[in-house]
Amino acid sequence: MTEVQLDPYQSRYAQRAHGMTASEIRALFAVATRPEIVSLAGGMPYTAALDADAVTAVTEMVIRESGATALQYGGGQGIDELRERLVDVMAAEQVRVHPDDILVTNGGQQGLDLLGKLFCNPGDIVLAEGPSYVGALNAFSSYQAYVIHLAMDEAGLIPESLDETVAALRSAGRTAKFLYTIPNHQNPAGVSMSAARREALIERAQRYDLLLIEDNPYGLLDFKGEQLTCLHEMDPDRVIYLGTLSKIFSPGVRIGWVAAPAPIRNKLTLLKETADLSQSNLTQYVAERWLATQPWLDQVKQFRELYRERCDAMLDELALELPDDCSWSAPTGGFFVWLRLPDGLDSKELLPSALRARVAYVPGRAFYADGSGEREMRLSFCFPTSDSIREGVRRLAGVIRDQIALREAFYGHQTTKDDAS
Amino acid sequence: MTIAVLSGGSSLEREVSLRSGKRVTEALRGRGHEVVTLDLDEHLVDQLAAHAIDLVFLALHGKVGEDGSIQSLLDLLGIAYTGSGATASALAWDKSVSKGVLRHASVHTPNWHVLSEDAVREYGAGRALERIAERIAFPLVVKPVQGGSSLGVRLVEGPEDLASAVMSAFHYHPAALLERVVVGTEVAVSIVDGTALPAVEIHAKGGAYDFGARYTHGATEFHAPARLDPEVADACADAAGRAWDALGCRHVMRADLIVDDDGTPWLLEVDTCPGLTETSLLPIAAKAGGLGFDQFCERLVDIARVQTLAA
Repeated sequence: MTEVQLDPYQSRYAQRAHGMTASEIRALFAVATRPEIVSLAGGMPYTAALDADAVTAVTEMVIRESGATALQYGGGQGIDELRERLVDVMAAEQVRVHPDDILVTNGGQQGLDLLGKLFCNPGDIVLAEGPSYVGALNAFSSYQAYVIHLAMDEAGLIPESLDETVAALRSAGRTAKFLYTIPNHQNPAGVSMSAARREALIERAQRYDLLLIEDNPYGLLDFKGEQLTCLHEMDPDRVIYLGTLSKIFSPGVRIGWVAAPAPIRNKLTLLKETADLSQSNLTQYVAERWLATQPWLDQVKQFRELYRERCDAMLDELALELPDDCSWSAPTGGFFVWLRLPDGLDSKELLPSALRARVAYVPGRAFYADGSGEREMRLSFCFPTSDSIREGVRRLAGVIRDQIALREAFYGHQTTKDDAS
Repeated sequence: MTIAVLSGGSSLEREVSLRSGKRVTEALRGRGHEVVTLDLDEHLVDQLAAHAIDLVFLALHGKVGEDGSIQSLLDLLGIAYTGSGATASALAWDKSVSKGVLRHASVHTPNWHVLSEDAVREYGAGRALERIAERIAFPLVVKPVQGGSSLGVRLVEGPEDLASAVMSAFHYHPAALLERVVVGTEVAVSIVDGTALPAVEIHAKGGAYDFGARYTHGATEFHAPARLDPEVADACADAAGRAWDALGCRHVMRADLIVDDDGTPWLLEVDTCPGLTETSLLPIAAKAGGLGFDQFCERLVDIARVQTLAA
């Protein structure tokens, strides 16, 4: 036998692990961490804006006052005091829930994973905006669910697109397990679902008896002061709500939560206990003390102003630098601008050129389960300074212009499909 | 003796290089060497001096580490390093140059044509693309003239996909190599200090030995030694050996070949700084030749030290 077994465990893996391979894109992102690169790729909150002394004081308070409990195992649902504070956070979003409705999770991401585990059999269908959050798509597809995307525009998900999809599913004898949506300042599109569309979506969800998962990480980072009504508030029995402290305090404490009707919540709690026994008590107490003793809403306001300024810098520079046939979203809040390239350009193909020009972004394909999005890309403005953002956009614009010129050299100046329409 | 393992940098193969570097560092430390790991950046010269480095183990992949730049710099600084010198590195790194040298040395290498981005942008070369089909039949493979890890490589079935494949390659390097596809068994022959290690036979389970197939455990089936007739195995080693001589390589090299149905080995490219990750070909070959990874790394250090002292 000359065969060299690099993975002797291969025949043992479950089917759901079969698609997991090394990715070229992931490898390219290793370069994006270098200091000379302006990364418009990651969605990292700017935690340097936090008051480090205040965080130190809070952490010290936890160890001093609740050390033995904080360093102990916890209960499956999360500590009571924190769930009471999370009710306050939701109240700031104009959502009313009881602390018992809440399950604390290891970031919002664990909530997504547990929901996939609870609802999805292999081959099940779930619905999501196109584009949608890559972490949610991965969580659902890890349970071998099949994601169907619904159209969205600058006013968010288009509720009418649900009619056609539901009809097609019904005629095939299928139903969707749930619809996953990020109504506020969506990742990656940066836009929010309008009030009218929220009404229309809830009306259709009721008509089609569709369960909704409302993911709301960016709600309080609202640049326009719109504070649109959350879907959960419109129909609490039909909407599972996901929250997180990652964007308004710290992603390092890994505090997210699910607010769900009791039968669902109880099952999620059991699944959570199976997954990790309990959330870290230590970080739960730190989060609880932060929310209970610090002016956390002032901190949110500071984050919001910081991100608004950076978003403006990005939008200004995009308008100055990008060729006419590019288009992009005007974010209502959050972290991201969604950019659309001219016909014929492919954002995944373009990435190595962008990295050579010292700028990084996330290609659009990552945000679609069906492989579309080749002309799109996500630009984040949350982490780099405004000056870096401007420089990054200038570099990106150079790469795009250069690629357009190369295409013209190959094909001559063609009438694109968009021009013709 | 203090050894610096140099990896990373801002090449597009940074991640692969960091993985190679980490393994080499652990291996050499395990053999009792004093090792520092350096990420290639603008502080390199100062860091080499600060750590009083005697020898550099090059675990760099991608342009700067493989095109002779680092080798020239280390020559200037008088610091010994593993792998080929600046000229051999530069010759091997550029596929159009190395294929020319190989052909001159009577090594079989598939027909090719080079198309530069300048020629397309400045002189309308895009309009001459159809001529390629007359020179090299479809399917053909398009790759960046410089680069590794199969990045930017595309198989082109017909003329309609040719332009987009060439543009894809240009994202990695401003010249594309269009090469005839040889159908057969994929084989890698590594040479250490002038002696060929057992050939490694490669069967990517997904069909193409692309990035995913290279760096995912179990995505590719390897046989070492390759299941070749002895005379074919000898012919592969001979082709690799002639490439070694023609390019002026030293210490270590890996040649990628395809053995066609007639048993003729066609040499595609030569790598003077081969990957050393857990799924890389050179460590597989070394193991088949009786050299564990730690021993291999130490051997390379010994060769580099002795040859540099002699020079």
